[in-house]
Parts: sequence; C-alpha cells; structure tokens
Amino acid sequence: MNTPAVYDDEDFSTKSPGHKSRGRLERVLRRGEFAVTAELNPPDSADPNDVFERGQVFDGWVDGINATDGSGANCHMSSVGICALLTRVGFAPVMQISCRDRNRIAIQGDVLGAAAMGVNNILCLTGDGVGAGDHPGAKPVFDLDCMSLLSTIRAMRDEGKLLSGRILSTPPQVFLGAAINPFAPPFDYRPKRLAKKIMAGADFVQSQYCFDVPMLEKYMTAVRDMGLHEKCFILIGVGPLASAKSARWIKKNVPGIHIPDSLIERLDKAKNPKQMGKDICIETMQQLREIKGVAGVHVMAYRQEELVADIVQRSGILKSRKPWRKEPVPGDLAMIEAAEYKADVIANADNQ
Amino acid sequence: MAGLTVQRWSVRHAGGLEKIYHFCSQLMIKLYPLVNRLGFARLERPVAFVEKHIKGFLFDCQMCGQCELSRTGMSCSMRCPKNIRNGPCGGVRANGHCEVNADMPCVWVDAWTGSQLMADKKAIDHVLPAVDRGYKNSSAWLRWMRQQNGRSEVFKK
Repeated sequence: MNTPAVYDDEDFSTKSPGHKSRGRLERVLRRGEFAVTAELNPPDSADPNDVFERGQVFDGWVDGINATDGSGANCHMSSVGICALLTRVGFAPVMQISCRDRNRIAIQGDVLGAAAMGVNNILCLTGDGVGAGDHPGAKPVFDLDCMSLLSTIRAMRDEGKLLSGRILSTPPQVFLGAAINPFAPPFDYRPKRLAKKIMAGADFVQSQYCFDVPMLEKYMTAVRDMGLHEKCFILIGVGPLASAKSARWIKKNVPGIHIPDSLIERLDKAKNPKQMGKDICIETMQQLREIKGVAGVHVMAYRQEELVADIVQRSGILKSRKPWRKEPVPGDLAMIEAAEYKADVIANADNQ
Repeated sequence: MAGLTVQRWSVRHAGGLEKIYHFCSQLMIKLYPLVNRLGFARLERPVAFVEKHIKGFLFDCQMCGQCELSRTGMSCSMRCPKNIRNGPCGGVRANGHCEVNADMPCVWVDAWTGSQLMADKKAIDHVLPAVDRGYKNSSAWLRWMRQQNGRSEVFKK
C-alpha cells in the first residue's frame, strides 16, 4: 500500500517563510503578536443585518471571527454565507468546515467559492454527530475526516489541484486551521495527533474550551518537547461560564469539555456567578499568555458575545496593540454608534 | 455485545495479530503468481466473501476495501460513527467512550492502546488519505497484492 509520511521522518515545518494567505490573522500571528479570535453565534435568519450586528460587537477587539458550520449539528446560516457577508464589511472571518454535512465535491467547491469571496482562513473539523443536534434524522456524511480535509485543501492551495487531480487555474490562498482538544482522552496521544494535523496541513489550531490550565500546561510541555509550537500557531479556546448550573449542564451533556469541580464550586459560592464566570475567563486568558508556545486565544462566549470586548480589554492580553477596526465611514457611523450604545447598556446592566 | 468482546480481544492482542499480518503479507506476495494465473477478477468475489467473514469476526470489519488495520492498532476505524480515519476526535468522553454512542468504547482510544502493543509503535503516526468509497465491499487483500506488484486496476463490486 502507499506509504504516507510519518512526522518525524521528514521536515514538515509549516511556519516556513512566505505567507500562505493575504489575511490579517496570519500576519498578526507571524509577527509574533498574541492573537485573539472570537466565535460568532450564527443567526437563524436570512437577514444580512443579523450577521453584521453580530460581527460588530467584536470590531476592534479580535483578529479573526469564526463562523461555525452547523456546530453541535444544529442548523443555522451556513458558514460560507456568514463569511461572505463578513468580508463585505471588511472583517476577517475564519470559515469552519465540518465533514458531517457535505462530501468532498461540495466542500472543495465551497473552498473555492469562499476564497473568491475573500475568505483567508479555513478551519477544518470533522464535526459532531447528527444525533447531537436539532435534526437527528439527518444522514451523516463524513466522507472526509478533519485530517484528509486538511490535506485536500492544502493540495488545492500548494499544488493547485483538486482531490481528483484536476488542475485549478487560480488556487485558493488560505491559512489552514484545525481543532485540538487537550482535555479528552487518550491524553498521551493528543500531542501526537496535533503533529499529524500539522503534517496534514494545519498552519494554526484552535482548541476546545480550556478550564483547566495545569492540564493544558502538561499538554504544552509535550508539544514543546516535540517542537510542534514552532511549526504551528496554537490558539487556546476560552469562554465565560454563565453559572454553576450551566457549567454542570455542559459537563454532563457536552462530550469533550472538561470542567474541574473546583471551578464549579467557585461559581457556586459567588454572589454574582456571571461576573465570576467572566473573572475566571479573564484569569485564564492572562495565565495562557504566559505559557510558552501559546500564540493566542479563541474566545467562545456563546450567547454572551457582547462580553467579549470587555473580557479582552480587562484581561490586558493585547497589551497596547489594537486589532484592525472598521473605518467609520459616514454611512456606517450610525451602525457603530448603535452597537456602542448597545454595548454600554449591557456593561451598565452588568455593573449593577 | 459478543462481537464487541472479540474486537476488544483483537486490540489487546494487536502484537500477535501484527505478526500474523506480516506472515500473511509475505505469503500473499509468494502467492501472487498463482493468483495472477487464476485471475484477480475471477477470485474477487470468493476472496471478498472469506475476507468479510474472517475480518468481520475479528474486527467487525466494514469492508471499506482499503484496510489499514496494521496502522490503527487492529481496531477498525470504519466502525467509528464519524468514519474517522485519523482519530480520535475531540469528543471522546472522560471514560474513553464514543461521543455519538455512549455505550461504545471509542474505536480510536482502542486503536491507540493496540498500536502501543505492536512492534511498529509508529504505524499509527501515518496520516491516512481520504477513503475511496468506490472500493467498498471489494477485497482489500487482492487489492494489496496488485499494488505490491505495481498494478492499479480496480475490480469494483
């Protein structure tokens, strides 16, 4: 049988000179800045303004906005649609692609379409099983897996070829990402799996929620020993927990998310659990910034997206750096003011 | 659940099965001239039948037609509800069970365990390419024999 490569057989460095994309996220990471990405809650609507409003709350605070692809197997506006809208107003989206709903023909077509619309970052995922979402009777596709998806898009970009071998006249220039979960067993295999993802084509990775920094540090030690942090940008997932009740629910019902009991206890004892959730998130971000090999954070504040700006600001992880911000042109001014007013109202409600 | 017991036995004995695998590989290379004379197309159906039952019993083989058991710790990756060829995914439960089917031990956690019992511990480090769905239900053994001799023709069912 054909012999695929093994990661220590050859140099598979992906932090090679020369940018893979024209995107802002790649530039920030390659400059060695501590990057911040956030996840946009996809609307159940056909109104473009829903996307613009949801993107607006991150403006000036993040280097990339993730558009999920039916996360948790729930149906929402497609990631390619959200990304196309975000690029229209200048935001830098990270398009997530899950292998659950489309086969290799559809996915490669979407990659070309997205790149043509100005999408510079693509995150390759296997995706959750259909049973987890709102359409449990759907047909699970899983034609590719995250790893073969990575290598397929990498071949499209670097060799200008589809999986079938057919030549592309203009290859998609995309910065390729993947997901990691250092918090799920088998723990000793997780760093090796990251190595496989890098070998398959990952330029950056975003992790599952990190609620246990010592556990991550163990993982990062193994990652550094293998030299992987020099071959790939590692962004760690964080997010504010709303209450002890929701933390317990997540722990019980969402496989792959590890929340230590000590953290739930802290939320339980807090007078204002929402504030405590935010504080824990900020604390985690500050600790992550000090870990060698961590290139940034990925903030997933599901249904609390309006908190992201405050969390990023209060954590101080950006130091004096200010991520790209949409130029206030007269037509958009009203939109920005409205968003700022909304953020103020939320911040005031929070303080009370 | 009896089937599950056999599959887990196979993972626990991945080292022994690896030896059998290497022995059979050598045997298959020696058998190539004979099989070639009999004709691959003619043997496809009977060999696929035998293969399906042997590997079905030992590994709950799904007959993808491009077997990689020697690289997945003798745990059949096509049993994964997400068909992941390069697992395990991030959804593995704290007890090592599958995210989709909570009663099933993750095939990739087993694959990792099995791979470490084999002589070639690095076999699992290979990035496996996308599955060619056109090979489904065809004999991986015959295909492997043809490949070893530089032949690429396919006898799809």
